[in-house]
Amino acid sequence: MSDDIRNERTGERWVYSPTVRDHFFHPRNLLLDEPTEGSFDASGVVGSPACGDVMHVWLKIDKATERVSDMKWKTFGCGSAIAATSMFSVMVSENGGMPLADAVQLRPQDVMKRLGGLPNRKIHCSVLVDKAFRKAANDWFRATGQVERIQVDGARVVDPATGVTDKDIEEAVLEGAVTLEDVQKKLKAGVGASEEVRTEVEQLIRFYKEKYYG
Amino acid sequence: MEMRTVYMDHAATTPLDPRVLQVMLPYLKEEYGNPSALYERGRAAKDALVDSRETVGKLLGAHADEIIFTASGTESDNLAILGAARAHEAKGKHVITSAVEHHAVLGCVEQLAKEGWRTTVLPVDEYGRVKPEDLAAALAEDTTVVSIMLANNEIGTVLPLREYAKVIRDWKKAHNRGPLEAPFLHTDACQAAGALSLDVAKLGVDLLTVNGGKIYGPKGVGVLYVRRGIKLRPIVFGGGQEMRLRSGTENVAGIVGFAKAFELAQADREAEGNRLAALRDMLIGGIQARIPKVVLNGHPAERLPNNVNVSILDVEGEAVLLYLDAVGISAATGSACDSASLDPSHVILAIGRPYEFAHASIRFTLGRSSTEADVAYVLDQLPPIVEKLRAISPVKMQLDGTIVGNASAFVSDGRPHWERNVILNEVKNHSSVGTGPTKNLQDPSLRSG
Ligand code: FES
Repeated sequence: MSDDIRNERTGERWVYSPTVRDHFFHPRNLLLDEPTEGSFDASGVVGSPACGDVMHVWLKIDKATERVSDMKWKTFGCGSAIAATSMFSVMVSENGGMPLADAVQLRPQDVMKRLGGLPNRKIHCSVLVDKAFRKAANDWFRATGQVERIQVDGARVVDPATGVTDKDIEEAVLEGAVTLEDVQKKLKAGVGASEEVRTEVEQLIRFYKEKYYG
Repeated sequence: MEMRTVYMDHAATTPLDPRVLQVMLPYLKEEYGNPSALYERGRAAKDALVDSRETVGKLLGAHADEIIFTASGTESDNLAILGAARAHEAKGKHVITSAVEHHAVLGCVEQLAKEGWRTTVLPVDEYGRVKPEDLAAALAEDTTVVSIMLANNEIGTVLPLREYAKVIRDWKKAHNRGPLEAPFLHTDACQAAGALSLDVAKLGVDLLTVNGGKIYGPKGVGVLYVRRGIKLRPIVFGGGQEMRLRSGTENVAGIVGFAKAFELAQADREAEGNRLAALRDMLIGGIQARIPKVVLNGHPAERLPNNVNVSILDVEGEAVLLYLDAVGISAATGSACDSASLDPSHVILAIGRPYEFAHASIRFTLGRSSTEADVAYVLDQLPPIVEKLRAISPVKMQLDGTIVGNASAFVSDGRPHWERNVILNEVKNHSSVGTGPTKNLQDPSLRSG
């Protein structure tokens, strides 16, 4: 079994860190049986547009304090998805539970930091749990009548000529695109053909690059 | 305690046979001469080249002057496809290939499409074989190259190449074309080289690719058989080595090693093939007996003796590989999560399986070091790993591909990117080249092998 292996010269990490391996081989807060009606307060399921995997999370939320008292999950995903979800579940439920308002602010980077890093092409796996969690939070807000707190990242068309949205660009970046050309290739569309659209597309690429890799 | 290690990824690459290393060593040490030089050292190298070419030619049932040495199987594929297509472009600009080819072939076809060629990617049946009648229907006046592999690297299916050769022969007869006129049949035989006869006359091919790294030979050596009289345009220019088709000082040690490795592999082919086929069937049978919801990918009988490829439903392949690695077993997967491009295996999709089956595919490829004890070890270790990962998985699939439960996971979140691309293409109808699926073509993938 190899531990974290780094290229001395480039510092590139190509095998998962010991923490990642620990959470992968001993996942915390797994839901092993099917949940029974009413045993959780909220749930969310998403699929990963990058790799096609599926993530399901369930939450128990303290009604009085609105802290996350428990988070359980299942995933059809790779080692990174399993480790990131396991770590995420620890982070939101440790120390008596994180206030939901704070938990929805957790960023994929926070999870990665605790994991000791993930390879670049695996960053979308930690975004997956993040999205599933926010969906479950929305589920809770809906159930408790707090509709104004529901957050949906709506897609906005940025390039009318191709119908490409900001979400398409976000996903392309998560799949590894770093330049306008990469994005065009990933989306198989000549996005950003006109001058003004191109500037906006390039800005979005920079924004998402910074958000996830910066 | 020493952990047991079981290498079951021989389709990716094989270790170097010590006997091969022995014959290579002199050419890495004292016999360093350039074969083009006329002094004694150069002549020794030249002799070694001549002998190796002779050996390889004999093993293929070909003449020595039909053997071109290159630096890889990928380069041989490139020289064959790009070289033949460009040399014969006056006859037409149409090439045909199959949906299950290695990226080395698909990449060439994609490149030709960019340069204005018409390209056809033939579909395959549920086992990964092109139907001869589909090939017949695709052949046209402007077709110059047909490239179809002899055996598939991922799912192990052996394709009926002789039938394809006959289709092309019949077509040529009907169109008054001689054997040295287009269309030409190329085959990538890299995976088949240790297992099947590669007699080019019996196969009926005009161009054939083999490489060293899959037959216990050195990496970085490829061979292209080019039938006498067929013109190719080089893709590498310079000093005119290899009958002007492949410039660059010859890799003498590698070539000598390749010839030896190929000789050993072919001599051993039948006995070793029978031994591996028995182990293969034991592994397939054992997995199916011990693990529910498993499908075999590839043909049950017409398959390479060393290839086992199964989709173990509801588990993701990369996760399985990590658990296997932790107990010393090396295998491969067609899962998107394990590829650099995050694309699922194009081969498993091409045989008509949903992408979840590709995610769940595990490939074990046996080799000379494999024993019955290795197979037993894998059969002991695999079931508990699958059981654990199935407990983690929210996906519950049926063997017929229907999903119980999470069908809505993607609805508000967009589809996986490879599906999105297809949808986008259909909507825009901007796929101007190709009559077959062209998705996933340009992403080189880690799972090549
Ligand atoms: S979940 Fe598919 S790559 Fe991580």
